[in-house]
Amino acid sequence: MKDYAADTASLETVPVSTSGDVVSMRQTVRILAQRNGLSLVHQTKLVTAASELGRNMLVYGGGGVVRAAPVLDAGRPGVFVEFRDKGPGIADLDLALTDGWTSGNGMGLGLSGAKRLVDEFDIESGPSGTTVRIVKWAK
Amino acid sequence: MTDRVPVLKIGEVLLVSIQTDLDDQMVLDLQDDLSNRIVATGAKGVVIDISALEIVDSFVGRMLAHNAAVSRILGAETIVVGMRPAVAMTLVELGLSMSGVRTALNLERGLKLLRRIAAGRA
Amino acid sequence: MNTESNIRLLVDTLTGQREEFLAQWTRTVGEDLRGRLSTAELGRELAELYDAVLTAVGTGSLDSRGEQFAETRSLLVELSRDRARQGFTPTETVRSVFALKEVLEPSLTGDAESARAYLQFGRLLDDLGMLTSEAYLRTREEIISSQAEQLLELSTPVVKLWDGVVGVPLVGTLDSARTQVVMEKLLQTLVDTDSTHAIIDITGVPTVDTQVAQHLLKTVVAARMMGAQCTISGIRPQIAQTIVALGIEFGDIPTNASLSDALRQALKEVALDAEDDVRGLL
Repeated sequence: MKDYAADTASLETVPVSTSGDVVSMRQTVRILAQRNGLSLVHQTKLVTAASELGRNMLVYGGGGVVRAAPVLDAGRPGVFVEFRDKGPGIADLDLALTDGWTSGNGMGLGLSGAKRLVDEFDIESGPSGTTVRIVKWAK
Repeated sequence: MTDRVPVLKIGEVLLVSIQTDLDDQMVLDLQDDLSNRIVATGAKGVVIDISALEIVDSFVGRMLAHNAAVSRILGAETIVVGMRPAVAMTLVELGLSMSGVRTALNLERGLKLLRRIAAGRA
Repeated sequence: MNTESNIRLLVDTLTGQREEFLAQWTRTVGEDLRGRLSTAELGRELAELYDAVLTAVGTGSLDSRGEQFAETRSLLVELSRDRARQGFTPTETVRSVFALKEVLEPSLTGDAESARAYLQFGRLLDDLGMLTSEAYLRTREEIISSQAEQLLELSTPVVKLWDGVVGVPLVGTLDSARTQVVMEKLLQTLVDTDSTHAIIDITGVPTVDTQVAQHLLKTVVAARMMGAQCTISGIRPQIAQTIVALGIEFGDIPTNASLSDALRQALKEVALDAEDDVRGLL
């Protein structure tokens, strides 16, 4: 994913270690999306993707930190969200991104579904943790 | 102690109106509460109003589908009502179609649908 | 001979002959624009610009991107926006800046010293001209994209066909941006009008490929999740053939050959609901 200089002045950091934290993280992301001109449908898609990824992080990565910030690319506003955990990592990324595949008790839509809901999706995973970065543009 | 979503009984119908953003524990609690209440009350129908929900992710979507299947086994039909357009569009994109769940536009239509089902006309 | 003395010379000349230069500049530009802008208005515009440039050069700078030229730049952006909106060509717009070069040429090319100053000033005006054309283009792009948006809105009316039945007649090519708008509008109308049936008529859609079929299917599924039924009507014979030939999975989409068939079907179901109401079943 291209490195969009995220507006660090308005960077929001939310630690996620309980399912209640996922709820407040979703609210933080929604407010950011509203402020940056995302339409209602785009907001809903971004927040839903954040919810999926936040839960993944909690269930498989033992929790982590979510950072969200507004970004701008050629005058087009968007919202960037990063999910970083220190879990055991995902052994087979391609498999994990396949529809219907799950190692937990989900329906296997978490990663692949979230990817479909956003405009940019980037995942890095290793033995020291997993980082997912997403961007949703206003248009 | 987390909050629980209230399950109200009106005649033979259980009404669940979800008014807050649910965390996963509340979703699981609701799932248990509902099946327990169906058995305890002998309810014939369940209406779950999600018109206040700004998002439905795969976890909540799965709970709705799961509830519909469980309550059917227990002899009650579940209608999910009031899904917002943006939520429906997002669920489709997410890959969730909730094909086993009956739906209605709003609470009133949901209750009507339950009565039609009870009368064997739907 | 250095830049500093060039600048001094420029400022002196520009200040000393301000009235003559301005009048001539306004005249030259005015001829170009052939009366489509009033002389008084043009004169005011150019005077403002002239003074902004003069002030900036007076601070000793010839760098069009520098802090000192901020005022000049914003005036130029405004000027090109206005010109783009009024339908002037890019050449006409940029010429408004370049014309100043012609005006200054006779007074600043008398000797080698002033010629050097003129060249430096010319370079500044070139930069400013470029900036003007960029701003002009940006405005045009904004106009085009806002028109495209308006067109999108215009081309997708959602109409109420009957109590409980809404319809969208689709005309033209369906892409994902447009389908998104149609979907949103249709689903919102279902909620707003408490309608249980929706009909998407694709008589006016020239081709249906896999992607379009996908979009239609998504709309049908979304409507169903909200508690409404969505039907596709107006499938022309050759489109039906394409669908089959391409092996597109259309199975889950309720279809009707014509809008009237779809409407009849929807009305039947709506009537059934109403009948149940009357029977006191409900």
